[in-house]
Amino acid sequence: MAAFIIRRLLQSVLVLGFMSLLVFVGVYAIGNPVDILISPQADQADMARAIAALGLDQPLWQQYLIFLKQALSGDLGRSFAYSIPAIQLILERIPATLELALTATGIAVLLGIPLGLWAGLAPDSWPGKLIMTGSILGFSLPTFWVGLMLIMLFAVELGWLPSGGRGPTTELFGIPVSFLSWEGIRHLILPAVNLALFKLALIIRLARAGTREALLQDYVKFARAKGLSEARVVCVHVAKNIMIPIVTVIGLEFGSVIAFAVVTESIFAWPGMGKLLIDSINVLDRPVIVAYLMVIVSLFILINLAVDIIYSLLDPRVRIGEAKT
Amino acid sequence: MQREQTPLRRIAADFARSKLALAGLGMLALILLVALFAPLVSPQNPYDLAQLDVLDARLPPGSRSESGLTFWLGSDGQGRDILSGIFYGLRISLTVGVASTLCAVIIGLAVGLAAAYFGGRTDGVIMRLVDIQLSFPSILIALVLLALLGQGIGKTIFALIMVQWAYYARTVRGTALIERKKAYIEAAICLALPPARIVFRHLLPNCLPPLFVIATVQVAAAIALEATLSYLGIGVPITEPSLGLLIKNGFDYMLSGKYWISFFPGVALLLTIVSINLVADQLRDVLNPRLQK
Repeated sequence: MAAFIIRRLLQSVLVLGFMSLLVFVGVYAIGNPVDILISPQADQADMARAIAALGLDQPLWQQYLIFLKQALSGDLGRSFAYSIPAIQLILERIPATLELALTATGIAVLLGIPLGLWAGLAPDSWPGKLIMTGSILGFSLPTFWVGLMLIMLFAVELGWLPSGGRGPTTELFGIPVSFLSWEGIRHLILPAVNLALFKLALIIRLARAGTREALLQDYVKFARAKGLSEARVVCVHVAKNIMIPIVTVIGLEFGSVIAFAVVTESIFAWPGMGKLLIDSINVLDRPVIVAYLMVIVSLFILINLAVDIIYSLLDPRVRIGEAKT
Repeated sequence: MQREQTPLRRIAADFARSKLALAGLGMLALILLVALFAPLVSPQNPYDLAQLDVLDARLPPGSRSESGLTFWLGSDGQGRDILSGIFYGLRISLTVGVASTLCAVIIGLAVGLAAAYFGGRTDGVIMRLVDIQLSFPSILIALVLLALLGQGIGKTIFALIMVQWAYYARTVRGTALIERKKAYIEAAICLALPPARIVFRHLLPNCLPPLFVIATVQVAAAIALEATLSYLGIGVPITEPSLGLLIKNGFDYMLSGKYWISFFPGVALLLTIVSINLVADQLRDVLNPRLQK
C-alpha cells in the first residue's frame, strides 16, 4: 500500500513538473516575458530593474529554475489589474467556485439518482423514456447555450431570478457563502442548475443502468420472495447497490465540474476563479493567467491522487494490478 | 440475402433502416451545402461593410432593411443579417471541427499503431502519456493552451487537435492489439512481408471502423468545444466569427429582450451537433459486427 502511494505521489510530482515546464515554455519561450511579466506602463529604468530582478538576462534553464523556486514559495507575480499578488487573487475566488461546484454536484445527485431509479424500474413507460431523452439532450447540448436559454427564460422573460452576479453573501467561519440568505440562494440557482445538467445526465444513465442490472440479481428476487414491500426492495436493496459506481464517478468528475465552472461563471458573472481567468485573458493580466493555470493543475493532480488512493483502498485489485506491471 | 452485395451497399442499407438517422443525414447534408455555398445562398455578405447600414441594427426577425432586404431572422448590433451571419459562421465552425478531428485522427493512428506494433517500452511511455492527458477534462486542456497561445483559427485548431489525439491513440492501440493476434496477421508475418506492408496494408484498414465511429462523434464534440471557447472570447478572432462568437455577440442584447441575435446562431449550432450525433449513433450500430446477424 505504501509503495503504491509513493509511486502515485512521484508520478503526480512528475506531472506537476511537466505542466510547470509547459506553462514556462508558453510564457517565456513563445511570448516575450518582458511583455508578460512587467506592466506595460513601466518606464525604461523600471523595466531594466525588473528584468534583472526576474533574472530574464540569465540563460533559459536558469530562468526555469528561478520560476520553479518562486512558484514553490507561492510567488507567481503581481496582477497588473489589481496590483496584489496573483496567487492571493486566485485564493480569494476559490470559495465562490467551490460553492458553485458543490451545489451543482448536490443537485445532480439529488435529482439524478431518483430519476435514474425511476427510469430503470419502468424503462418502457413514457416517464422512463422522457427521462432518457432528457439525459441524451443533457449530454449533447453545449452547456453555455443552455445557460443562455436559462437566463432568457427565467431572468429576462419571466423575471423570477437574477441574470447574474453573486448577490449578498453571508460569512460562515470567515468564508463568504451564498446559501445562507434567500437573496444569495436566488443568485445561486441558475448557475448551479446550468453546471449540474451534464453531471445530472451522467448520473441518470448510471443509476438507470445499475437499477436494470440489480433487478435481475438473485438478492432482489429473494427480497421479493420474502414478501418485502416494493418500496423497501427499491430503497434498500437496489439503491444501495447502484451507489458504488455513482460514488466513484462523482469523485472522478468533481475536477471536471470545476473546469466547466469557467464557462458557467462567465455566463452568469459568478465571481469565481474561472471568471477571473477569462477576465484576465481579456485584459492580458498574464501573471494571473499563469497563477490560475498552476493552481488549477495542482488542484487537479490532488483530486486525481485522492481518487486513486481512495479507490485502491476500496478495491484491492487496483493496487495489486499496479504492482504486477 | 443477395449474393452480389458489396460491403458498402450493405452498410448503406443498414443505415437507411433508421428514419431518424436518415433525417439526421439529410439535415447534415443541408448544413454542409449551405456552409459550402454560403456566398451564393446568403442574402447579404456580412463582412462587406458597404452592404451594412447602422440604421438596420437590432431589427427583429422578419423586418425590412433600408435597402429593401428582408431580415428573416433579424439583424445584429451592426445591422448585419443574422441568417447570412449564420451561413458564414457555419463555415468556420465546421472547418475548425473537421480539420482538427482529421489531424487528430492521423496523429492518433500513427501513435496508436506505433504503440501496438513496437510494444514494450515505447508502448508503456505512450500509453502513460495518453492516460495522464485523459485524466484532465478536455475543456481544461484547451483553456490552458489557448490562454498561453492567444486567439486565432489556427491556434484553436491546434488546441482541439491536442485535446483529441489521445482518444484515437488509445482506441487504435486497443483495436490493433486485438487484430495483431489474428490469423491473417500471422499469415502475413509467415510470408515474410516487410513490416511496413503488414502495418499499412493489413493492420491499418482493420483498425479503421471503430476509429471512424469515434471520429464522427468527436466532430460534434469539437464543434461544441470550439463554440464554447469562442463564446468565452479565447477561440476564433472577431474578424472570422464562428457560431459561438455570434452567440457571444448577441448576449448583451439578450438581457434587454432582443433574443434573436444569440438565439438563432444557437439553434444552428444545436441542429449541427444533433444531426451529427444522429448519424454517428446509427453508424456505430451499423459498423459494429457484434450487433449484426
